[in-house]
Amino acid sequence: MATENNTVGLNTLTENSLNTESSSIVPENKNQEISHESTLYAEPIFHIGNFTITNALFTSEIVVLILIIFFVTLRFKIKKIPKGIQNFFEIIIEGAESLCDQVTNSRKITNKAFPIVLTVFFIVLLNNWMGILPLGGFGLVEMGESGKMFIPLIRSGTADINGTLPLAILSVIGANLFGIISIGLWKTTNKYVNLKALGGIFTKIRKDPMVLMTAPIMFAVGLIEFVGEFAKIASLSFRLFGNVFAGEVLLASMGAIFAYALPTPFLLLEVFVGMIQAFIFAILTLVYYTIASLDHDEDEGHHEENKLQEAH
Amino acid sequence: MEINALATLSKAIAIGLGSIAPAIAIGMIGSKAMEAIGRNPEASGKVFVPMLLASAFAEAIAIYALVIAFSIK
Repeated sequence: MATENNTVGLNTLTENSLNTESSSIVPENKNQEISHESTLYAEPIFHIGNFTITNALFTSEIVVLILIIFFVTLRFKIKKIPKGIQNFFEIIIEGAESLCDQVTNSRKITNKAFPIVLTVFFIVLLNNWMGILPLGGFGLVEMGESGKMFIPLIRSGTADINGTLPLAILSVIGANLFGIISIGLWKTTNKYVNLKALGGIFTKIRKDPMVLMTAPIMFAVGLIEFVGEFAKIASLSFRLFGNVFAGEVLLASMGAIFAYALPTPFLLLEVFVGMIQAFIFAILTLVYYTIASLDHDEDEGHHEENKLQEAH
Repeated sequence: MEINALATLSKAIAIGLGSIAPAIAIGMIGSKAMEAIGRNPEASGKVFVPMLLASAFAEAIAIYALVIAFSIK
């Protein structure tokens, strides 16, 4: 998982487009037929000044709006004796908290990380599901390179690498900030640039000459972990983007083979995949938060165990 | 061979070969999880989350292959 390769891959990604014809229209008359392609990048739909609004950005803003309106109105309707929808969300939150406890093993970390993890879960979930809502028919018709092009207004925000990459960066940087808050700046720095091990050469060399061998290795391991942080970002963002985008392409090509009947079971599959991917994204964010808040050198016996967890 | 045909072929090979290992991995994870649940049905709740996490890691490799397959021109 070399990070350099990933950034190079990104540049080529945005330049290419995937040629899956979702409609079986043969482009004989290029001026009249409207074609639609599933592109790897999100298509721009309008501009505000110099700022281009793509359909993925548009959809994710809609999602944010829906979430804010829904939860703020829910907040002002909270009563001591729960009723209806409040009951439903209390069940969800209780279940989610006990699930988080299984990962973090402590209610203290769960309570601290829970708000951001649940928010990420709802944003990703709604974004995934927006893509499979039957709203794909609304869109613009624009003149493309090869005749008229149909551009849908709704494209799930997670089916765009620009939507998932910020989420992944947010969760990894957030995890490191959480580490700094919970175990301190010095210990968090030592995970990546292990000054403590290098300093140990001078303080421990009288007692234990072997430290001359182990300290440079510890330092190198820290550097590898620094690279590992970028691998976390890459794997988080590409997993979500790949799953959701592949789902859209799958639905489009199934619709091209046999419309209406064949895509239906796959639509149900996509509902499931959207939920699982949102769940995995949120749980991995929680795992990163938990790892960041654990002190490595608390006891050396657990060192290997932590390494195993962080192998990814 | 034409360059277009080569590109199409390489796309197919990239995703086809790249999904063999993750498929085996997910199968093994699933079978081991089923085995564990069969031995201790009460632990099914505890097995579920690590199983999903592990299969997400395995699946990520297939996703990398998919991204490569998409980006081949």
